[in-house]
Amino acid sequence: MNIVVLVKQVFDTEAKIVIGSDGKIDDSNVTLIMNPYDENAVEEGLLLKEKFGGEVIAVSVGTDKAQETLRTALAMGADRAVLVNDPAIQAASDEFAAAQALAKAVSGLNPDIILTGRVAIDYGSKISGRVAEALGIPHVNTVTKLEIDGSKAVASREVDGGSELIEVTLPAVFSAQKSLNNPRYPTVAGIMKAKKKELKTATLVDLGLDPAAVAGKLQILGFSLPPARKAGRKIDGEPAAAAAELAKLLRGEAKVI
Amino acid sequence: MFGLTDEQQALRKMVRSFAEETIAPGAAERDLTGEFPLDIVRQMGKLGLLGLPFSEDEGGTGGGTVSYALAVEEISRVCASTGITYAADLSLGISPIYLFGNQEQKKKYLPSLFRGEYLASFGLTEPEAGSDAGGTRTRARRTDKGWVLNGSKCFITNASYAGVITATAVTDPGKGTKGISAFLVEPGTPGLQINAPYKKLGLNASNTTEIVFEDVEIPAENLLGEENKGFSQFLQILDGGRISIGAMAVGVAQASLDAALKYAKERKQFGKTLSSFQAIQFKLADMATQVELSRLMVLQAAKLKDAHLPFGREAAMAKLHASETATRAALEAIQIHGGYGYMKDYPVERYLRDAKLLEIGEGTSEIQRLVIARYLGC
Repeated sequence: MNIVVLVKQVFDTEAKIVIGSDGKIDDSNVTLIMNPYDENAVEEGLLLKEKFGGEVIAVSVGTDKAQETLRTALAMGADRAVLVNDPAIQAASDEFAAAQALAKAVSGLNPDIILTGRVAIDYGSKISGRVAEALGIPHVNTVTKLEIDGSKAVASREVDGGSELIEVTLPAVFSAQKSLNNPRYPTVAGIMKAKKKELKTATLVDLGLDPAAVAGKLQILGFSLPPARKAGRKIDGEPAAAAAELAKLLRGEAKVI
Repeated sequence: MFGLTDEQQALRKMVRSFAEETIAPGAAERDLTGEFPLDIVRQMGKLGLLGLPFSEDEGGTGGGTVSYALAVEEISRVCASTGITYAADLSLGISPIYLFGNQEQKKKYLPSLFRGEYLASFGLTEPEAGSDAGGTRTRARRTDKGWVLNGSKCFITNASYAGVITATAVTDPGKGTKGISAFLVEPGTPGLQINAPYKKLGLNASNTTEIVFEDVEIPAENLLGEENKGFSQFLQILDGGRISIGAMAVGVAQASLDAALKYAKERKQFGKTLSSFQAIQFKLADMATQVELSRLMVLQAAKLKDAHLPFGREAAMAKLHASETATRAALEAIQIHGGYGYMKDYPVERYLRDAKLLEIGEGTSEIQRLVIARYLGC
């Protein structure tokens, strides 16, 4: 079974976002990690490999730094990795360009299953649907359970107030919800082996894509931090009087009622 | 900073996640109950952490001493009891077998030790032989069948959970330090008693034992390495052990700094956060500087060991500086927390109790200074 897992390097969830003097987000002092939902995707890929055999290939779009995230996937147990690294793609923020590049990279790998996280925690991109669309194959998102039987897959996905069971024919794209599994830690042996595993880098031209055709559809005009939260106010006094004062402030000052 | 390889950085990241997600949550509770983190040791075995500094040829995972020091630091940062359990198992327990064992001994014990099926202990300290390890009284007498051991050991880490104990004993009483040998003893051998009677200041979840040998018969092949070479063997073991105590100390000191910094940024007095007062800033800056210096010294000693260069001087300096830094950092962290720092609701009082042992175990600070002075030619 050819299992492809799409992973993205993102800021650590506890990273403090700083906007540099050039108006862009400064990532120089930030710990970068694998997008947490992508860890679930890698884990599911490894579980499928353990069950059905085959190969797990991790694919990412990003800069040189993203190699570290692919090495993490290799340390967890993926067999090889491909990094699409091209200055023409604003990988972090432009879903369209990243999805086109990923779809092209993936199609060359002849996958039975494509897995990725349900959302990237940095720019909130949900790439699974776009990749499936570009490849013309089925797509199930927010998957909490996945069962494979021959060329069929039954996926359980979260919907409002319950779950939905969907049967699709492979190849297909699945995006992982947190509850799909518990991602393993890379073992020491896995970390030591990761360096020796194949990590290929490809540009858009290497993939046979015209950079102009995948040019970003959006342009970032600027970044700004949310306004700092003002300190709360405490209303002292007897409960009845305090409640009256609160109602007055909510109506007159905060204008919420 | 100190040039870490990609593998070392990845290893540190993995251990940090494991420590924060798996070891940290129960640390305060274990400090109160004294429950031994056996399940965590098993998980460490699965992750390959128990074979970390040992070569792949011998069944280890080949990460080297630098990686090992990083792992000890990360584990001790969240739970020093687990840190010393891990460090003593590898540096003191497994190392003697790895370094001095013959093929049969290695084959018998190393695979189970690397998997975490049981731990290993090192029995050196005795009631009458602490800093003066040459004053060993435990006696090994040769018989037709092997050896008979009599005597006792104290403050021995992990022995209640050990599958094998390396114990030193006098084999040739006339020869002083040149008459001591090391033996492998398995728990369950008749006459061997392992008790855990101590009530400690800190490191409450670690297992500290007293071992009594009463006519313990062991076969001749349980001699570890050469006869009468025990003293030089354990000096070598202690050199390596100092790197791990240093790394533990860096972890505890870093934890103290982290806690103090977090609290100083949150706690307001006189309408401002503590971190905006210079008196507190200076404390934090000094702590951060000392932590970084300690870490560099520990990693330097580890790097020399990995390069098979002499590292005894650096290991003693690292252990001395890092352990004294840990105690000071924990004290300052309590001071910054004020009254809350004295309470068990915050972790810093635990850091202080745990840190103090690091100035004592595997050679007191005074012994480290003697060792360093000897390197200076005194």
